[in-house]
Amino acid sequence: MAYVAVKGGEKAIEQSLKLLDIFHSCSKSIPIEDIKKNFPLLIDKIMSEAGLYAPDYTALALKQSKGSIEESVFLLRAYRSTLKRDYYSSVCDCKDMRIIRRISAAFKDVPGGQILGPTFDYTHRLLNFDLLTKNRIKKPVTGDVGAEDIYCGRIDDILYKDGVLDKPEEDNTEPFDVTSNLLTYPAPRSARLQTLTRSEEGFLEGVAYSAMRGYGAVHPTVSELRSGYVAVKIPHPIIEGEFITVGEIMVTEVEALWPSHTESEDGDDENFSLSGGYGCVLGRNETKCIAMSICDASLNTTGPTPSQDEEFVLTHGDCLEMQGFLSHLKLPHYVTFQSKLDRVRATKEEK
Amino acid sequence: MERRDYNFGFLDENSKREIRRCLLKAVAIPGYQVPFGSRELPIGRGWGTGGIQVTLSIIGKEDVLKVIDQGSDDSVNAVNIKKLVKSCTNVEITTDSEEATIIQTRHRIPETPMRGDQILVLQVPTPEPLRVVEPRESVTKQMHAETEYSTMWLTLYEDIIKCGKIGISSEYPVFVENRYVMNPSPIPRYDTPKLNDSETLYLFGAGREKKIYAIPPHTKVIPLEFEDVPFETEDFSGKKCHLCGAENVYLDEITDENGNTYYECSDTGFCAKRRAENAKH
Repeated sequence: MAYVAVKGGEKAIEQSLKLLDIFHSCSKSIPIEDIKKNFPLLIDKIMSEAGLYAPDYTALALKQSKGSIEESVFLLRAYRSTLKRDYYSSVCDCKDMRIIRRISAAFKDVPGGQILGPTFDYTHRLLNFDLLTKNRIKKPVTGDVGAEDIYCGRIDDILYKDGVLDKPEEDNTEPFDVTSNLLTYPAPRSARLQTLTRSEEGFLEGVAYSAMRGYGAVHPTVSELRSGYVAVKIPHPIIEGEFITVGEIMVTEVEALWPSHTESEDGDDENFSLSGGYGCVLGRNETKCIAMSICDASLNTTGPTPSQDEEFVLTHGDCLEMQGFLSHLKLPHYVTFQSKLDRVRATKEEK
Repeated sequence: MERRDYNFGFLDENSKREIRRCLLKAVAIPGYQVPFGSRELPIGRGWGTGGIQVTLSIIGKEDVLKVIDQGSDDSVNAVNIKKLVKSCTNVEITTDSEEATIIQTRHRIPETPMRGDQILVLQVPTPEPLRVVEPRESVTKQMHAETEYSTMWLTLYEDIIKCGKIGISSEYPVFVENRYVMNPSPIPRYDTPKLNDSETLYLFGAGREKKIYAIPPHTKVIPLEFEDVPFETEDFSGKKCHLCGAENVYLDEITDENGNTYYECSDTGFCAKRRAENAKH
């Protein structure tokens, strides 16, 4: 039988679902807890693109989707739409972060110190064949790496004091919620940052890389990168003005600086000054976070490149939207194709 | 982590109400694209999520639903959507367009004219008709505001100059009440005239692009055309359905292994009903 049309739909779909299980059958099922503990960075990446901080649900999604990242993001987003939004949290200030890693590329030493924390940055990427046979993981020695809670101030506070970086005015307008409103352009900064942080990692990194490499104007210095836990607080339901901590989330924050021109008000004097780009993502997605800060900075510049085009950057990075529209091409299109054939034939006749 | 049951119509009640408000606005301004806070669904964006959100927001326990994809009740997208809506509403499903109170469709309008007590929900991939001439949303918004459609007319004119005909195949742009140019979704040109002065309410949902729009009954909807170059529908003259014998309907062209071409109704519900009636006589 030739490919006529995708028909016999219901039965065919049922069979396809069965095959999904047959093709990915596996004799051993991994507990959710093990997935969460074994692949924390993968969990972080998915939570970040899903815009939902939920390690357990993410591990479940990952298991259900046989390890597909886009499917996991999909499952979490769809689940999220069924939940009522009961609260908006108060502002989380990353200054109050319980830090596990904090570095500055701008200064040799900084108040609070360079804290490398857990990172792959200084490992050699050699396959460790010991893992082939070792199933039990050796308990790490915790005594000599420090176990106390670390908090420290931000680098940009030093630069504000010094006068080389202009302190932006505090903006306390209610943030725009991109999950329940359509973005319009120019987008408010809150909407821009929300959209960037939920963007698909590869997309965001590609845009940022292009801006750094030449299709744009931003090659920044990472003034500070920090990862750690911040407390999420909601307004107390009874006592006005008080807040309740409902939990902690792990986030990574980046502030990037680059020199830019500013003109004085009369337009005569041109000065160099420092401008900033901001990145903040759920979990430990450092490259994505740096990319976000570059995209943010690049959108503050004007020019013809993609990374400087707000509508381009903010409309094309959503994992679900790009995956959905690309994959919909697999649906039957024979009615519209018939219509196309009609036009092609008609113009051929005309000639 | 706990096991949870889903709400009637999947979305929470607040989300459904928000969508209904947007629908009311859309009905009040025919052809105008109303932005809405599109929710993520268990079905992919680009796979009919705008239409599904509209359907889920307006559906009640007494409704009878028909879903079609390319005219077919049995095509994968239709089956998939029916399964979802059924699982979270338990409404009755039908393939008979006259029995349905709500019909959700991808790329077709049923052959049997719809009535005033029915609603047709259309799935829309690209709600912006001006996207073909202008990629930026901020610019197209302004063009609509100013009724600035000259680039659109120019595109049609250029087609005629270059190829002798207007080249737009499906999703042919229409003028709604002489105010908004609107994308009727990728329906074939054959279906476009059904939008004009119709008995039924048409609701359009674009999930990925987060837009809703509507054509209420008896709205003037005219395809863009020139006085001397009238709008043309697909040409099926001299062809008929090999199953039910219908003429003057939208046909699917099918080629078998021997290279023979034959035709059958794209609207499978309509075709099945005709065949059942033919068998009676």
